[in-house]
Amino acid sequence: LAPWIPVVGLEIHAQISSNSKLFSGSQVQFAAPPNSLVSFFDASLPGTLPVLNRRCVEAAVMTGLALNCSINKKSLFDRKHYFYADLPAGYQITQQRVPIAVNGSLSYSLCIDNKMSQMVTKTVRIKQIQLEQDSGKSLHDDSRCQTLVDLNRAGVGLMEVVMEPDMCCGEEAAAAVRELQLILQTLGSSQAVMAEGQLRVDANVSVHHPGEPYGVRTEVKNINSIRFLAKAVDYEIQRQIEELENGGTILNETRAFDSKLGCTVPMRDKEGKQDYRFMPEPNLPPLILYDAKSLPANMNHQQVINIDWIHERLPDLPSVKREKLVEQYGILPEHSFTLLNEDGLAEFFESVVKQTQMKPKRVIGWILNDVLSYLKQHSLTVKESPVSSFVLADLLNLLEKKEISSTAAKQVLAELWKGEGKTPLDIVKEQKLELLQDQKELEQICQAVIDGHENEVIMMVLG
Amino acid sequence: QKVSVEVLDHLEHLALVDFRDSEGVERLQKAIQFADQLHEVNTDGVEPMDSVLEDRWCLYLREDDVTEGNCTKQLLENAREKVEEYFVAPPGNIPLPKLEEREAFLQGS
Repeated sequence: LAPWIPVVGLEIHAQISSNSKLFSGSQVQFAAPPNSLVSFFDASLPGTLPVLNRRCVEAAVMTGLALNCSINKKSLFDRKHYFYADLPAGYQITQQRVPIAVNGSLSYSLCIDNKMSQMVTKTVRIKQIQLEQDSGKSLHDDSRCQTLVDLNRAGVGLMEVVMEPDMCCGEEAAAAVRELQLILQTLGSSQAVMAEGQLRVDANVSVHHPGEPYGVRTEVKNINSIRFLAKAVDYEIQRQIEELENGGTILNETRAFDSKLGCTVPMRDKEGKQDYRFMPEPNLPPLILYDAKSLPANMNHQQVINIDWIHERLPDLPSVKREKLVEQYGILPEHSFTLLNEDGLAEFFESVVKQTQMKPKRVIGWILNDVLSYLKQHSLTVKESPVSSFVLADLLNLLEKKEISSTAAKQVLAELWKGEGKTPLDIVKEQKLELLQDQKELEQICQAVIDGHENEVIMMVLG
Repeated sequence: QKVSVEVLDHLEHLALVDFRDSEGVERLQKAIQFADQLHEVNTDGVEPMDSVLEDRWCLYLREDDVTEGNCTKQLLENAREKVEEYFVAPPGNIPLPKLEEREAFLQGS
């Protein structure tokens, strides 16, 4: 049987981290009383107009720069029309013709065969990033045959990041999204918490034989976590392969991922292809961005966005942070991945290193094996750790000075997890874990053992 | 060139416009004819213009402050039906009847 090449592309919507919405001054907040964060514009009342939020533009520029995109100095807004109860205007303001950023790339790493020691770097092309409005939320009440609509989310700024179909499986898709999530969180342009709907991912999946044109693709929605993303993509690839090998065809449809069943099911009843009737948004002139060269002389600073100014102030991206950790502390690349993958862990590690004489290469083992595993077992974040970096450093110093053994240190740590406020030294004294350094005392103990077991000693001497 | 029945149906679905009778369709035909005059101008190599403001800055940028919202009561005043501060809508889009099912469609056209 001829091999199949799966092709996976992603459309990611990241909610912009801002105080107010993209085109109005109502607040952006998760879980507020229904329809309390809605302005007249958000509710699409007649006579209201969109006013662009500067912070949202800056967030999109930062993200574009971090993803190596070309920033379009002139971008345009358009209307995308469709009818749905949570879209009060009957259209979404988006950037279809000329988005704010194009042609970027994202590098991410994968472990080969689940072995952390063998990591490979892959790249996915970023087609574009566009600014657009989020829609409201529909709560379906099937028992009363109605839909309840909350417009709190309507109008919140989104960055849609379109990734080209350069990925080939669930693992790659998951790794790419994870890296994007870390980048967004580092930039602060989005908090990117999938569970709160701040990061939504749709996957486009198709399969084909080598040398043949791409197959019909399906769109998979309703993916609520990075783990489910990998599952959904892999399931869909398998489903398509099986369907085609059984002589069937793939429909160009939208499917939803059912996390309970672990499969994808057909979603929308699409009466033919949707015609969104894109048209320029007549109420918004082009968005003009500047750089150091093109900066206009006499203009209100508040009205000017300077791409170079933003570029200079970008924080270290995760990939740079990892390199620095490896270089500065001599730890392995895979260690740096784990450190950055857990919120606050890298800072915890660095804090311990500062407070102890133990070499970072030894400290990392304690962080990754002992601290992290405990936190994971008890579903705690680094911030919630009962053992602070100060306390851990204290313990490691005892070990480093050879006042206790490695085994004893683990015992002390186990006790420290109880968070009873005892210092490592307290516990060492309590449990009498001090290493004996006095030569004479050691000799006395050994002699006592020998004296107490005369027969065994004779047996040993005789061989 | 007449607008086909399929195109009319498609337009009615997209825009929820009801062309109702042959007079409405005729008006549509005339409107298309009028707009088609634009094709008489040769625009080869000319960038489409969608703003007379061109490259001059004038898209106002607002500061990221919370200045609106908190008017739930006012917003819900317009709602015909509400449930505990939610707007109420039908369970999904109510589809227009299919082309074959509409007897009154284009009567006399």
